[in-house]
Amino acid sequence: MRRIGLALIFLLGVTFPAAAKDTLVIGISQFPRNFNPNIESMLAKSYVLAMARRQLTVYDADWKLVCLLCTVLPSYENGRAVNELTADGKPGIAVTYTIHPDAVWGDGVPITTKDVQFTVEAGQNRKSGFGNSELYKRITKVEAKDDKTFTLHVNKRTCDYAGIADLGLLPAHIERPNFADPAEYRHRSAYETDTTNPGLWYGPYRVSKVVAGSYIALEQNPKWWGKKPAFKRIIVKAIENTAALTANLLSGDIDYIAGELGLTVDQALAFQKRHGDTFDFTYKPGLIYEHIDLNLDNPVFADVRVRRALLHAMDRDAINQQLFQGHQPVAHGQTNPLDEVYEPEISKYAYDPKRAKELLAAAGWSQMRKGVRHNAKGERLQLELMTTAGNKSRELIQQVLQSQLRQVGVDLRIRNEPARVFFGDTVSYRKFRDMAMFAWISAPRNIPRTTLHSDQIPSADNGWSGQNYTGFKNPEIDTVIEDMETVCGEKENLALWSRLQRIYSEALPVLPLYFRANAYIVPKWLKGIVPTGHQFSSALWIENWHAEQ
Amino acid sequence: MFPYIAGRLFESIIVLLVLSFAVYGLIGLMPGDPIDLMIQGDPKLTPADAKRLKALHGLDQPILDRYLAWLGNAMQGDFGYSRNHSKPAIDVIAGGIGNTVLLLGISLILSLAIAVPVGVYAALRPYSKTDYIVNLACFAGISMPPFWLALLLIILFAVVLKWLPAGGMETVGDGSFLDRLHHLVLPVITLTIASVGDFTRFIRASMLQTLRYDFIRTARAKGLSMTRVVTGHALRNALLPLVTIVGLSFGRLFSGALITETMFAWHGMGKMIYDAILGNDYNLALIGLLFATGLTLIGNFLADAGYVWLDPRVSLAGREQQQ
Repeated sequence: MRRIGLALIFLLGVTFPAAAKDTLVIGISQFPRNFNPNIESMLAKSYVLAMARRQLTVYDADWKLVCLLCTVLPSYENGRAVNELTADGKPGIAVTYTIHPDAVWGDGVPITTKDVQFTVEAGQNRKSGFGNSELYKRITKVEAKDDKTFTLHVNKRTCDYAGIADLGLLPAHIERPNFADPAEYRHRSAYETDTTNPGLWYGPYRVSKVVAGSYIALEQNPKWWGKKPAFKRIIVKAIENTAALTANLLSGDIDYIAGELGLTVDQALAFQKRHGDTFDFTYKPGLIYEHIDLNLDNPVFADVRVRRALLHAMDRDAINQQLFQGHQPVAHGQTNPLDEVYEPEISKYAYDPKRAKELLAAAGWSQMRKGVRHNAKGERLQLELMTTAGNKSRELIQQVLQSQLRQVGVDLRIRNEPARVFFGDTVSYRKFRDMAMFAWISAPRNIPRTTLHSDQIPSADNGWSGQNYTGFKNPEIDTVIEDMETVCGEKENLALWSRLQRIYSEALPVLPLYFRANAYIVPKWLKGIVPTGHQFSSALWIENWHAEQ
Repeated sequence: MFPYIAGRLFESIIVLLVLSFAVYGLIGLMPGDPIDLMIQGDPKLTPADAKRLKALHGLDQPILDRYLAWLGNAMQGDFGYSRNHSKPAIDVIAGGIGNTVLLLGISLILSLAIAVPVGVYAALRPYSKTDYIVNLACFAGISMPPFWLALLLIILFAVVLKWLPAGGMETVGDGSFLDRLHHLVLPVITLTIASVGDFTRFIRASMLQTLRYDFIRTARAKGLSMTRVVTGHALRNALLPLVTIVGLSFGRLFSGALITETMFAWHGMGKMIYDAILGNDYNLALIGLLFATGLTLIGNFLADAGYVWLDPRVSLAGREQQQ
C-alpha cells in the first residue's frame, strides 16, 4: 500500500518544466485533415501552413494585396500586366511575376519557375484532386523567362488579375515522382507521406513533427531567407473542446489561443470576465458576414416592404451591445466597412418598430389578432427562422429576434437543425421555408457572383449548384457583377461596387445582421500578432511575433 | 470447444457484414457528402470543381455500388484511404487502437480493482454507514457526466495545483514512458470514476444475493472463517454475472472514451470514429466501427470463456448443443 502511495505521489508530484520562451505553444480547435496546400481548403491547415509557406500574393492586415514570395505585384503601369487575346479571340491577360531571388525550399533547393510549371500542370490535371481549380483552368500557358521570372497567360481578363494566392506552390523536385499517377497523387503526395521532409517547406518554420490529432511541431527553417523568427519552436496543439482549450491556457499547457480558430466572441467575453488581468484580448471584426437569407419564392417576401419592416423591427445595435459588448459591428450590407470598396451612402435600417409596423400595414398585414398580424385573406404573419443547432450565439440571437418581431406583430417560430443537416440539405437545396441564419466568409474585394447572380440559384436543373440560396433575381445586379469582373479602372470599378451595394441595400434579398469578430487571447508577454480580419491569417507574419519580458 | 469457436466466428462475420452495410448506408443517408462539406469550407469551389471531385472520389455512384466496391477491396485487405487523415484508413486506426486500448484497459483494470473489494466490503455490511457511503459514491460517479468530471479534474489538477498536464498524450520533445504515464492519469481517472460505480453496485448486489444461498450457510456451519467463505465460495459465484457485464461494457466504454478523448485531446479511436462519421469519412468510420464491434464480440467471447473458468458446470460445448 505504501509503495502504491509513493508511486501515486511520484506520478502526481513530478511536474514537467513549462515551455521555455523559445517555444510558443498555440492552441487551436481543429486539426488539419491534410497538409498538401492544394488538396482542400481548411482553416486549420491554412493556419499551420502560414508558418511554413509563403504564397506569392496575399492580403495583408491593412487589406491590401501584397507580394510575399514575389518581388513586385504585376500592374499595367509597371508593364507586368499586359492585355492579350486568347487563341479563340477572347480578352485575356498576361501577368509576370518574379520569385524572390533568395527563396529556397527547406532542403536548400532554389524555388524556381520549374516549381510553378509543375504546380500548374498538376492543378490542370482533373485527376489530381486539387480542390479549387479555377485559377489553373484559366491559365493557358506558363512561360518561364528565367529561373525566377515567369509569365502566366490567363484566358479571362478580370480585375483581380494580380492576386494568385490560390497557386499553392509545390516542390517539383520532390512531388513530380509522386505525380506519376495523377489519380493517386492526393494519397502519394509527400505532404501526406513524408510531412516532415524539409524540402516541402519554405517559410520561417518547417514542420518537424506531426502527432495526428494532437499537435504539430514546427522548428526554425535554417534556409528561410527573410527576417529570423524569434521563437525557436512553435507547437500547434489541437484541442477541440473550447472549455478544455481555456483550461489548457490557464494551466500553461498552451500559451496562446489563436483568434482564427479558437473561441467565439461570447466565449472569449466570458473568459475575459474572469481572467481579464492575465491576458490581452483583441476582438477583430472581419469578413465573416452573419445574415438571414430569405426564401424569396415565399409570397410573404415578394413585397420589399415586408423585408424592410423586418429589419426595422430588429434592434441589431442592442444585440451587439448586450450579447457581444459591441465587438461584432452591425452589418448594413454584405460589404465590410473595412473593405476599401465599401460604400457608406447606402440605405440603412435603424431600429424603428413604429416604421416597421407602418410598412407591414402598408404591405397588407394590417389586421391584428391576438398580437399577430393577418392579411385580408386571414393569413397569419408567421415566419420560421432556422439556423445551426448548438451554436449558442445564433440561438441567443434567435430568441431576441423572436421577442423583437413579436412587438411588431410577427410570429417568429424557431426551428434549428444540426449544422450537417442545415447546410448539407436545408440550405443547399433551398428547403428552408422562410428564413435561414448563417454566415458567409469572403475575401477583400470579393465579387459576390456566387451569392447574388441569378445564374447561381440552386435548382434541380443545374444540379443544385450555386449559392444564391435566396433565389434573388435582379437583372441590374447581374450586369453590375459581370462588369465588376472586367471593368478594372479603379474609379469605374469603385462606382460599380457602390452601385451593387446600393441595390443590395434597397432590395434586401437578405437581412444583414453583423460582421463576426475573431477573439485573440494573447499572454501579456507575447507581442507582434496583428489580426487581419480575413482569410489570410496573422500567422503569415509569424516572424514578427516575439516574447517581451 | 472448436465447433463452438467456429460457430461464434461465423456469427461474428455475419454481424460484421450486416453492420458494415448498415453503417455505410446510414452514413450515405446523412445529408451532404465530403465534397459538400468541402464547399462549406471553401466558397470559391465552383460547381464544376464539385462535380469533378465527386467523380474522382466515386461519390457520383449509387451507394450500393460504392458499398460493394468497398467490400470487394476490403476482402483483399484494402480498406481505402481516410479522408480526414489523408492516409490509409487501416494505418490511421492502427495509430488510434493502441491509445484507446491503453486508456480503456487501464481504466477497466482499475475500475475492477476498486469495484470488487469495495462492492464485497459493502455487501458484507449491508445498510451500514459504510454501505450508504459506498452507495452514495457510486451514484455520484454514475450520475456525473464524464465531460464535466473531466473539466473539474483539469481545473483542479492542471490549472489550480499544476500537478498534471491538462491534455495531450505527451510533452512535446519528451514522450518518455513516464511522461506518457503522466498524461494518462487524468483521462484514466475520468473513465474509471465513470465506470467504477456501476461495477461496484453490481458486485454488491450479486454478493448480497450469493451470501443468502444455502451453500454459504453450510460453509459457515462447517466452521469456515468469513474470509474463507467469501474468497473461496461466495466471490467466485458473485463474479459470474459481473463477467457478462464486463464483456458487454466494452461498447459502452468506447462511448465514454469518446468524451474523455475529446476533453483530453487524447488521440484514440473513440474520437477518431466520431470525427469520421461527422466528416463523412466512410472508410475510417467503417473500419473503426467494425473494429469496435469486433472488440465487443471478443469481449463477449471472453466473458463466455470466463464463465467456464469460474463455473465448471458451464460447458461451451453444451451451450453449442443447446443452440
